[in-house]
Amino acid sequence: MKNFFKRLSLVCVVVMVLSAALTGCAGGKKGDEPSGNVSEPTGEAVRGGEVVVGIQQDIDSLDPHLAVAAGTDEILFNIFEGLVVPDENGNVTPAVAKDYTISEDGLTYTFILRDGIKFSDGTPVTAGDVKYSIERCAGLLDGTPLVKALSIVSHVDIVDQSTINIVLSEANLEIIYYLTAEIIPASSQESGEIIGTGPFKLESYTPQEGITLVRNEYYWQEGLPYLDKVTFKIVASAESAMMELQAGSIHIYPYLTDDQANELAANFNIASNGSSVVQALYINNAVAPYDDVRVRQALAYAIDKDAINDFIFGGRGQLIGTSMLPDYECYVDGLGYEHDTAKAKSLLAEAGYPDGFDMEITVPSNYQIHLDTAQVIVEQLKEAGINASIKSVDWSTWLDEVYKGRDFQTTVCGIAGSLTPSYLLVRYQSTAKNNFVNYYNEEFDALYKKISTSLDSKEVTEGYRTLQTMLAEDAASVYIAVPPVLIAMDKTLGGYRFYPIYVQDMKYVYWTE
Amino acid sequence: MAEKRTKVKKNIYFRVGLGITLFFVVLMFVGLIYTPYDPNAMNSSEKFLAPCLSHPMGTDNFGRDIFSRVLKGISMTGLVAVSTVAIGGTIGTIIGALTGFYGGIVDEIVMRINDTLNGFPSILLALVIVSILGPGKYNVILALGILFIPSFARIVRSEYINYKNRDFVKSARLMGAGSLRIIFLHIFPNILPTLLVTITIGFNNAVLAEAGLSYLGIGIQPPDASLGSMLSDAQSYLFSAPWYAVMPGMTIVLFVLGFSLLSEGICSK
Repeated sequence: MKNFFKRLSLVCVVVMVLSAALTGCAGGKKGDEPSGNVSEPTGEAVRGGEVVVGIQQDIDSLDPHLAVAAGTDEILFNIFEGLVVPDENGNVTPAVAKDYTISEDGLTYTFILRDGIKFSDGTPVTAGDVKYSIERCAGLLDGTPLVKALSIVSHVDIVDQSTINIVLSEANLEIIYYLTAEIIPASSQESGEIIGTGPFKLESYTPQEGITLVRNEYYWQEGLPYLDKVTFKIVASAESAMMELQAGSIHIYPYLTDDQANELAANFNIASNGSSVVQALYINNAVAPYDDVRVRQALAYAIDKDAINDFIFGGRGQLIGTSMLPDYECYVDGLGYEHDTAKAKSLLAEAGYPDGFDMEITVPSNYQIHLDTAQVIVEQLKEAGINASIKSVDWSTWLDEVYKGRDFQTTVCGIAGSLTPSYLLVRYQSTAKNNFVNYYNEEFDALYKKISTSLDSKEVTEGYRTLQTMLAEDAASVYIAVPPVLIAMDKTLGGYRFYPIYVQDMKYVYWTE
Repeated sequence: MAEKRTKVKKNIYFRVGLGITLFFVVLMFVGLIYTPYDPNAMNSSEKFLAPCLSHPMGTDNFGRDIFSRVLKGISMTGLVAVSTVAIGGTIGTIIGALTGFYGGIVDEIVMRINDTLNGFPSILLALVIVSILGPGKYNVILALGILFIPSFARIVRSEYINYKNRDFVKSARLMGAGSLRIIFLHIFPNILPTLLVTITIGFNNAVLAEAGLSYLGIGIQPPDASLGSMLSDAQSYLFSAPWYAVMPGMTIVLFVLGFSLLSEGICSK
């Protein structure tokens, strides 16, 4: 036995030395810089085949109306469709409905169902199914709206077998984006069956492992999807994703860090795009010392976003100063705080913390970029005298403690935007269920309420601008950047499309060999 | 002649082991008071520098000096290992001594609990404890300390069973020595060599366990350096910056090797 250990340790040394030598050789070569867009492979599109996509987190619900995590929506997008669906340009196009009209007062939306549209089990979609789905989301069935924005739906009328009127209690310009709410069969109320009208249907779901989808034979779009099967496989960390990509056990991985992308560039198609995620140091506005606006501003001054961009995103992130994506017309540029440690210190002294304080940053450990960002932030805060420490937790703990339980001091994470600018602002209303930072500003609440019913698009845009300014002035959180999306995929895959929202659309993806 | 040669050979193990171990003990203390650079200071213009004169082990993805971080990591890992072995060793020895000496029903119960603890894979048990207590340096020490109790208790117990009926114990008893006096003054010195070997092996295991836990992300929290967490961070850059993984990896291997040789040497002395 003694000898065994002795040999083992010797073998270890030899292996280490050898691997050092070997990796040393391979280390010299660096891949090309990732290109700006998806480069398509040269071969012809082939039908069929299976693709495995690496994902970062488990899904939180298979019920599309109950799912809250963006990481769930990105997958369910392949199974379910709404009356309308978002397209690559951020507009909506008809899906379950073939056409729609809006009355002049903006209160009645009339949808005409697509002819012959079926659920993935072959049963036709009826007006009753649509009524059920919309009413369920709007909270007309049991009083709790599952999609908050749809709570202004007053009733849904079936005009005839293929015509539905959705009547609103107040007009809202953006409601059409929320009518992307997924259509599910009315019978699912009893059966609990997970079916939709999307290009794929659910085959199996194994918690902690992944979810497998197969082609929906009844999909309404001729010739789509190309693939027979898509598996979304949960990969615990960015490191294991790298290994799985290289081993070929996953084909697409959409959440690379800049360094990883550079490393994979030689053997994979690397594409980048602005994500729709607002990354920030989200601050719990309700707990001391962060309930003092000066402390929050001091944090904002102490953090050097340019350095974060350099370290984490290779300079590819878009820096922001408020909770809004720069792609939107209403985005206000130049908000936020310039890096100024002296100013941070004086604000802290004013707030009664001349020697700083201890701060805890809770970070979901499955997101390498947030973890890395938190490390940079810890260093930067140290200069301002704030003693920050990182608490890395797994995703489900983060969801429970931070997002749902609001039991945290600060966290680095990303909030995914949606098709409407309001999506990133609505959560800052003091009564919003997802206001996990506990932001409270009566003016904000009042203004949001006022513009949400406005039909004047100019007034709405102006309102959004004011709201963004409020968030920045109150330093509701320290908004950092919109991180780039860096995706690696097998060189023989084609058809991947970027969306302005957080989805993985597998409908158009195909193999070329 | 052959016997003598093996003796010399084993003595070499002892010497080399002691040498490496002393070297690391020195590094541990050096890491506590001095590192060439601030181990957490980032520098965006010095990302991924290969080993060179100013950075003998290169720099990492934040431009931090790997040598400084390895030094800090040795102190951190060493601290965890020492505390772990101290906790596990003390409690384990006391439990083992008492149960081994007295025997009886208490012995049975304690040893069955011991068996239950042993029944779980150790890393799994550590994972459970850490996930209940939350990650962090002190919780890792606590978790690993608890984990190390059974192995000490078991070995010490068997030694006490072995010694408690020896003649010198009987004569001590005849002279009126109390049980505690016999346990700690008469028997304990006799089991010291065995205990020493157990401690070195335990120390080894503690280094590996800390590295393992930090590698899994539940040990030492970033940005603090530990050898395991450095290895884990380095994984993504295995090909573009191999030194990042190799340096802490080699350090762990050497660290553990030193202790293995030392315990081997003590064993055969």
